[in-house]
Amino acid sequence: MSTVWTAPPAKTETNYLNESYGIKSWLLTKDHKRIALLYLAAITFFFAIGGFFAVLIRLELITPAGDLMQPETYNKAFTMHGVMMIFFFLIPAVPAVLGNFLVPLMIGARDLAFPRINLLSWYIYMIGGLFALYAMVAGGVDTGWTFYTPYSSTYSNTQVMATAIGIFILGFSSILTGLNFIVTIHKMRAPGLTWFRLPLFIWAHYATSVIQILGTPVVAIAIVLVGLERAFHIGIFDPKLGGDPILFQHLFWFYSHPAVYIMILPSMGVISELVTCFSRKKIFGYGFVAMSSVAIAVLGFLVWGHHMFVSGQSVYAGMVFSILSYLVAIPSAIKVFNWTATLYRGSISYQTPLLYALGFIGLFTIGGLTGLFLANLGVDVHLHDTYFVVAHFHYIMVGGAIMGYLGGIHFWWPKISGRMYPEGWARFSALVLFVGFNLTFFPQFVLGYLGMPRRYHAYPEEFQVLNVLSSAGASILAVGYLIPMIYLIWSMRYGKPAPANPWGATGLEWQTPSPPPSYNFEETPVVTEEPYVYSHEEAEVV
Amino acid sequence: MSEHSSVAAAEHPAVLQHQFDDLEQQMDASTLGMWVFLLTEIMFFGGLFAAYTVYRAAFPEAFAAGSLHLDLKLGGFNTVVLIASSLTMALAVRAAQLGQRKNLVAFLAATLGLGLVFLVVKVFEYHHKYVERLIPGPNFVFEGPHAAQVQMMFCFYFAMTGMHALHMVVGVGLLVYFIAKARAGRYTAQYYWPVEVMGLYWHFVDIVWIFLFPLLYLIGHRGAH
Repeated sequence: MSTVWTAPPAKTETNYLNESYGIKSWLLTKDHKRIALLYLAAITFFFAIGGFFAVLIRLELITPAGDLMQPETYNKAFTMHGVMMIFFFLIPAVPAVLGNFLVPLMIGARDLAFPRINLLSWYIYMIGGLFALYAMVAGGVDTGWTFYTPYSSTYSNTQVMATAIGIFILGFSSILTGLNFIVTIHKMRAPGLTWFRLPLFIWAHYATSVIQILGTPVVAIAIVLVGLERAFHIGIFDPKLGGDPILFQHLFWFYSHPAVYIMILPSMGVISELVTCFSRKKIFGYGFVAMSSVAIAVLGFLVWGHHMFVSGQSVYAGMVFSILSYLVAIPSAIKVFNWTATLYRGSISYQTPLLYALGFIGLFTIGGLTGLFLANLGVDVHLHDTYFVVAHFHYIMVGGAIMGYLGGIHFWWPKISGRMYPEGWARFSALVLFVGFNLTFFPQFVLGYLGMPRRYHAYPEEFQVLNVLSSAGASILAVGYLIPMIYLIWSMRYGKPAPANPWGATGLEWQTPSPPPSYNFEETPVVTEEPYVYSHEEAEVV
Repeated sequence: MSEHSSVAAAEHPAVLQHQFDDLEQQMDASTLGMWVFLLTEIMFFGGLFAAYTVYRAAFPEAFAAGSLHLDLKLGGFNTVVLIASSLTMALAVRAAQLGQRKNLVAFLAATLGLGLVFLVVKVFEYHHKYVERLIPGPNFVFEGPHAAQVQMMFCFYFAMTGMHALHMVVGVGLLVYFIAKARAGRYTAQYYWPVEVMGLYWHFVDIVWIFLFPLLYLIGHRGAH
């Protein structure tokens, strides 16, 4: 990737891309903008691997019989799909790429507080990735991405250790990114940039960072215990030796439920920026949107037991977890209502980023509302471990997190690359993605409600029509991902040079040239007003 | 602000990093960074403590029986050693603030020495457990009731003290680095706070031990004996 980036630029001023050349200048960079691009290349690679396994899964499920793969192979395919997509793509996607690039720019800083730790986090990510890749080629892992004990700790004969070590290492890159953001947002804001003048993107990343530093270490210790149990055959999670497998589920979900908010909160921050910019209107209810991010982060730590309603945990604990899970709907709904209120009577222009934002709002709403079904103790007994769950979390993670990620990539692409992407192709692919996504995952709600369990390579014949629809949708979805990859790479060389502020957007990141110089700002900017003052500006969208 | 920053930068061109306006901001950021990191550490050890608590509550007799096989004298000695090392660390921070280079090096070296004493004693303790075949795994032998649960108690003993010892090893490495830098005169009365930030880490590791010692060594010695 990096060699493409070092192509001679059209402009003559030096910026962070053309300031120095060569592989070394990238691999040893401490510039947050270059590290963001290192992350972009890395997560795109792992996204492609995760996507490859998704293709295998959907191919197998076209027919009711298990004819493409052995059951064991299928177990590995969905496990590797989950591991790659969740740990190596969704969790780092928006924070490590867009957050890394934009947090210093948006608050008027020259870099993050700890640039060397920032680079270190990328190397830690890559080392974790190497372990996971090794596990994949050395035979794969078949425990599901959740690594439930005692299967993972005692019985599975696959590469559990290598994968676990990879995820353990990877966790530190997430912790270090969160630590860097928290310190940077606290200590490095430009003069006049008070907390309630911060862009909502920053609020969302602050809330995300809190989850990263408080949740990730807990899953790390859970993984250590699984590793110890596998290595020394001791019984922390083995009921035969007095251990409790449910304890692992508690430790795992204490992180992995908040991790869902690590995936979705940064995208929500992106959507807040997009909605207000393309409706040329100040965001409706700034304080509520900002605080709802914090509320989601806090509530997120109190709901993990809703993954364990049928695990044998106490019914009374289940009732409490159920009620707390419902509460998450409140800040989520606050966001959706405020976004739609912002759009109301706005001067809307349907540029590609807004198309993604609208897609996000619709799909996230469906994903969120179906989450209420699953938070209900009684309904969950029926729906637990069915395709309804699969559809629900894909609406949140793909329909939500990835739509926000792609919307953000398009919105800030002119700033990142100094080039415009081709608007026509971009709008087209956003529509393809939306159609493909719904065709893939909506039938899965129906399948799950009818009782098709997840994680099986074969199914009764009456489910075939819906499964074929889903697989057909997946092929459209794949096209929707490929088109942006092609035209974004194309635009890096051939795209129209981007002005400093192509969208007429507010925000400090638009007050510096595209692409920005290494030091970000000629002079440290001084902030004198609230964010999103759009009403006074004329729409000057290119 | 910018005038002030250029003055500060002129005074300390070598230590002020380019992303900061002045040394005060750099100090604030470093200190907050360490506190945030320690929050992460609390959650990391917190997971272990939570698992320990669950099983201690489930198998109180087994945990007490296992605890009797820990060496109370060595554990107590190590507790004193670590508390003393916290004192020397605090004195090192004070020496750094006052710009006393010799005292700084001496107190850091004392802290290093105490840390090494702790680790050596820990190695002897682990060796005893190996000789007594109390290392969890296929070679574990425990004669008495609840052998499987006692093994689990030892599993937590090694996981918790091992994780703590790993942090001690990192702290010892940091001390070696800081001693070398302090001898070279890197730290001054204005640029003392890296020592303070490192001290935060050292005190944290000590405090973890203050919790580990009673939870592991003392629970078997209540009343009955």
